Amino acid sequence: MAAGAASGGSARSDTYKEARTWLLLPAWAVLTILVLAPVAMMLVYSFLTKEFRGGVIWEFSLAAYDQFFCNRGLFGDEPCAIEWTYINIFWRSIWQAGAATILSLVIGFPTAYFIATRPERVRPLWVFLITIPYWVNLLIRTVSMKFVLRDQGPLNDLLLATGLIDDPLRIVNTNFAVQLGLFYSYLPFMVLPIYASVERYNFTLSEAAADLYASKWTTLRRVLLPAVKPGVIAGCILVFVPSLGSFLAPDLLGGAKNFMIGSLIEEQFKGNAGNWPFGAASAMILLTMVLIILLILARQQARAQKGAG
Amino acid sequence: MGNTASAADTVAVSIDHVTKRYGTFTALRDISLTIADNEFFTLLGPSGCGKTTLLRMIAGFEDVTEGEIYLFGDEIETLPPNKRPVNTVFQNYALFPHMSVTDNVAFGLEMLGRSKAEARARAGEMLELVQLSRFADRQPSQLSGGQQQRVALARALAPQPKVLLLDEPLSALDLKLRQAMRYELKALQRETGITFIFVTHDQEEALTMSDRIAVMSDGRLQQLGAARDIYEAPHNVFVADFIGETNLLEVSVNEVKDDRATCDLGGGYILSCDAVEGIGQGAHVHMSIRPERLFLSDGPTEAQSLEGTVRDNIFVGTDIQTIVALREGPDITVRSSNSDRGNARIFEPGRAVHVNMEAGAARLLVD
Repeated sequence: MAAGAASGGSARSDTYKEARTWLLLPAWAVLTILVLAPVAMMLVYSFLTKEFRGGVIWEFSLAAYDQFFCNRGLFGDEPCAIEWTYINIFWRSIWQAGAATILSLVIGFPTAYFIATRPERVRPLWVFLITIPYWVNLLIRTVSMKFVLRDQGPLNDLLLATGLIDDPLRIVNTNFAVQLGLFYSYLPFMVLPIYASVERYNFTLSEAAADLYASKWTTLRRVLLPAVKPGVIAGCILVFVPSLGSFLAPDLLGGAKNFMIGSLIEEQFKGNAGNWPFGAASAMILLTMVLIILLILARQQARAQKGAG
Repeated sequence: MGNTASAADTVAVSIDHVTKRYGTFTALRDISLTIADNEFFTLLGPSGCGKTTLLRMIAGFEDVTEGEIYLFGDEIETLPPNKRPVNTVFQNYALFPHMSVTDNVAFGLEMLGRSKAEARARAGEMLELVQLSRFADRQPSQLSGGQQQRVALARALAPQPKVLLLDEPLSALDLKLRQAMRYELKALQRETGITFIFVTHDQEEALTMSDRIAVMSDGRLQQLGAARDIYEAPHNVFVADFIGETNLLEVSVNEVKDDRATCDLGGGYILSCDAVEGIGQGAHVHMSIRPERLFLSDGPTEAQSLEGTVRDNIFVGTDIQTIVALREGPDITVRSSNSDRGNARIFEPGRAVHVNMEAGAARLLVD
């Protein structure tokens, strides 16, 4: 099958080769201007020397990467020992983004399933309702969340009033607050791709599984999930990647302790304390990491699809 | 399986005054019927008649609004589909696309708690039964429609259900394959001894395979009987018209005497036929006469006959249909087989003929 598709493609490319080159030009232009050029700029900047009031001096330097990975002591003259500060920030970011992704999946999957199983007429309405909060600016949403979660906020008022707790829950300035913030920021990116694949799912397959003595849970695990896996993976990537680089939620909800990569990079370009090459280097390391994760996922998915014929 | 009961009168499925309503729409009205063990039972009717709904109720995919369904004497209404010892062959097969053929067939057994090895061994046997051993490691998408159909069959048969439900399983296949599969299904049913409940809208399919047929229309059971009886002795206009081809003639009953009814077709034609319960003197009803039970002659024969004029001959391969116009009456169709014997009875258009009726060919129908 794969061979057939490939030969069909090459036959077409012979016929339309010239037209295709021209027609793809706008796409290449967009990719070059908006993706390749900025990444190239960042790559170049990460190897330049920092200027103290922001900006760069055009002199090649590995200082940014050295600062990221090497601890050279108080005076910067010792041999390179592993610098854990930034690696820890990266690790915390991955952990936070991962937790937010799992939270989004746990809430988003049933939501998407619910919408996809409504009558066809009302599905667009449900999708619309899901996206309404996202018409409000992310900053305002995140600040509002802080007000909801804070010690004297409505959430704690409610819990105290109902007598469920005696002291207000301290949520703001914890890791959990950041996870909640990230989850809320990117939930639709989880719901929509899963919704799209559940909507295409042939529900007779679930009936067939039940007919063959599978419980509801087994049907979900062995039949529904494998069928909608591409949507789930797409949703996870769409939540994980922006969460990883996010700085609003960690800044506003996490406080100083719960610093994430996004904030680290943001600070390097803000005000006089900035260090552009170091910011660029951190961004490059983040980009590389995300690419590696995506490659692993893509390879896994390709293998799964090859297995499914 | 342990159940070796082969007595023909063991009841496999009993449908007891079952009604199904969706809001204000009634899909099934007070259906009662019993299906014997080892029977090839067919639910036949046009689309929307409720036959698939009834099948899905037996499988457990639809709730019963009123009435009860029993499986070998046990009420099954409260059991979810995965607790009912029945399996289904779905209309579009519903094979699990991400599993190999073997894994599809082994799925039910695994769910029943058999070891993976045992399930796979049994799946292998089932694939042999449907002659698909060569394709055991393929994915469903790599198979043709007919092969997928067999996988679906093997998958549904593998757990050795007490009853196999088949929802229009042949409708997606092309004609030749469909015809071949009819015999295979029938043979498979005899071989396995499993009760088959088969849903179709194709009367030919129903007639060729079934021990008994339930003809349904508009949510009601129209007639229940052996294939032959349904065809030869349709109970009402719907059944006569839906199954096979027939001449439907409006008649008024002049007299009922000694189990014979004398019927007036208009235009001075009088025919006598077996009386039917519920149709008395003066009734205006329909009469069904199968075209193949009629034959043409130049003059009167010993049989009852109607005089008319040949309008046209239509060649339909196995048969030749002759349309005869009756005076003041409707046209009547006569079927002769396309054989030397049948061709000897071909009459040219315009010729005056007698349309003769075999004994018992005319049936009175209730409306």
